[in-house]
Amino acid sequence: MAKLLILGGGTAGTMAANLMRAKLDSSWEITVVDADNAHHYQPGYLFVPFWMKPSRVVRKRTKFFNDGVTFVEDAVTRVEPEANTVHLASGRTLTYDYLIVASGTRPVPSMVEGMAEELERGEKVFQFYTLDGAAELHDALEKFEGGKLLVHISEMPIKCPVAPLEFTFLAEDYYRKRGIRHKVDITFVTPLDGAFTKPVATRELGNMLEDRSIRLTTDFQVESVGDGVLASYDGRELDFDLLVTIPPNMGQQFIIDSRMGDASGFVETDKHTLRSVRWENVFVLGDAGNLPTSKAGAVAHFSAEILVENLCAAINGKEPEASFDGHANCFVESGRGQAMLLDFNYETQPLTGTFPLPFVGPMRLLKPSRINHMGKLAFEQIYWNMLLPGRPIPLPSAMMTAGKKFPKED
Amino acid sequence: MPTNTLGKYSFEVDSEGFFTVSSEWSEDLAREMATLVEIELTDEHLAALNFMRKDAAETGATPTLRRMQSVGGFKIKELYQLFPGKTLKMMAWLSGLRKPVSCV
Repeated sequence: MAKLLILGGGTAGTMAANLMRAKLDSSWEITVVDADNAHHYQPGYLFVPFWMKPSRVVRKRTKFFNDGVTFVEDAVTRVEPEANTVHLASGRTLTYDYLIVASGTRPVPSMVEGMAEELERGEKVFQFYTLDGAAELHDALEKFEGGKLLVHISEMPIKCPVAPLEFTFLAEDYYRKRGIRHKVDITFVTPLDGAFTKPVATRELGNMLEDRSIRLTTDFQVESVGDGVLASYDGRELDFDLLVTIPPNMGQQFIIDSRMGDASGFVETDKHTLRSVRWENVFVLGDAGNLPTSKAGAVAHFSAEILVENLCAAINGKEPEASFDGHANCFVESGRGQAMLLDFNYETQPLTGTFPLPFVGPMRLLKPSRINHMGKLAFEQIYWNMLLPGRPIPLPSAMMTAGKKFPKED
Repeated sequence: MPTNTLGKYSFEVDSEGFFTVSSEWSEDLAREMATLVEIELTDEHLAALNFMRKDAAETGATPTLRRMQSVGGFKIKELYQLFPGKTLKMMAWLSGLRKPVSCV
């Protein structure tokens, strides 16, 4: 029996398992390992602080594996890629012919002095990159009657890099609706030199912050979090009454312990073939890798079919030739019942225009609209019912340039 | 791509002034550039810049501050003292590397 082992039963791992099950015959055993049986719809974390019930975000992982996929509920402690062996917390070991690392990324507040302690205290510092954190933040936002609110990114890369901006827009809208917006002083604090990383999106999103009277503090490399003070390495100190922070994001501890990743625990991955640059029988899907594009479910989705093609090629003794273009696509909640849409890849930055069809849309890129917001909400059902089971979604994997407005060359 | 000249040196840069041809860099040129941002380069400065160049040659990307600390053994706090202001960007510029990309 040949063995395909998948580490991680989230968005990437579940899609990979189901898509590969359809490709491999019964001489192949497909096993997914994860520490628990709770699949979180992570885009929901953004809404939990405002209105979504935490329970709506969680379903059983095992409900989404197609027949012929075995699920092992156990934590990975170490991988020995030279021996094709994975060690589990229970003491069990698993072997494989091919391995897909789909173990994602996690917030690690202990990387910043004082952050873990302040989060633990739960008085002024909160996060929404975990479900528990998002639920606690819900209560904190409700209690907050005014003062300085900071929304803060510790460092890049983080998963869903637009979520902090979305949270900021939604928080602004939330306090406006409560009628106390004038008492809430909101600042978006980022280590980047603008609201976003790429020029056109930075301009559009930066304008939007300004329109909503949200302050922007840039180039802020956090050194420590204290009681009501956020300090940077260059000596700046920002006071706050409420801090919503995005802790540094890293790969899983077992990746670090197995020396399989870079300094942040992300597995070095060929950005086009999605194969590990070090081991020929190891492929990487989703946030666990170090691809120079967004860590986002959309990327896992768009790259999944490339991974399937290349893994099948490798299994058949051929060179992996399918090439991923870095396509990412995200709805950016902008408050007021609207959202924007970003669509980009390794080569093309997020631009304005229409999507998916030139001129027609119906979605507008990088401009707030109601239909984009409806698209974001509708995605929840698409995610559970189409994306995870591996059903085709009528969107092309490769990015299209038609419909996008390119900036004029200088 | 524009070409910058500084003293006897000329080098290709991108629209933000970062080197596009890393091999056009030298320690002497870095010393000249550093005077523009009012830094006198010491061996300590150069150790950091040379590590960045070596690391970038190996990985293909300008290292992050976290990587400078965990792989290079440099203290982030001390790097901020050596290169005050927009530390990482300044270091990337002075070492003749591309602007550090933070992934979107």
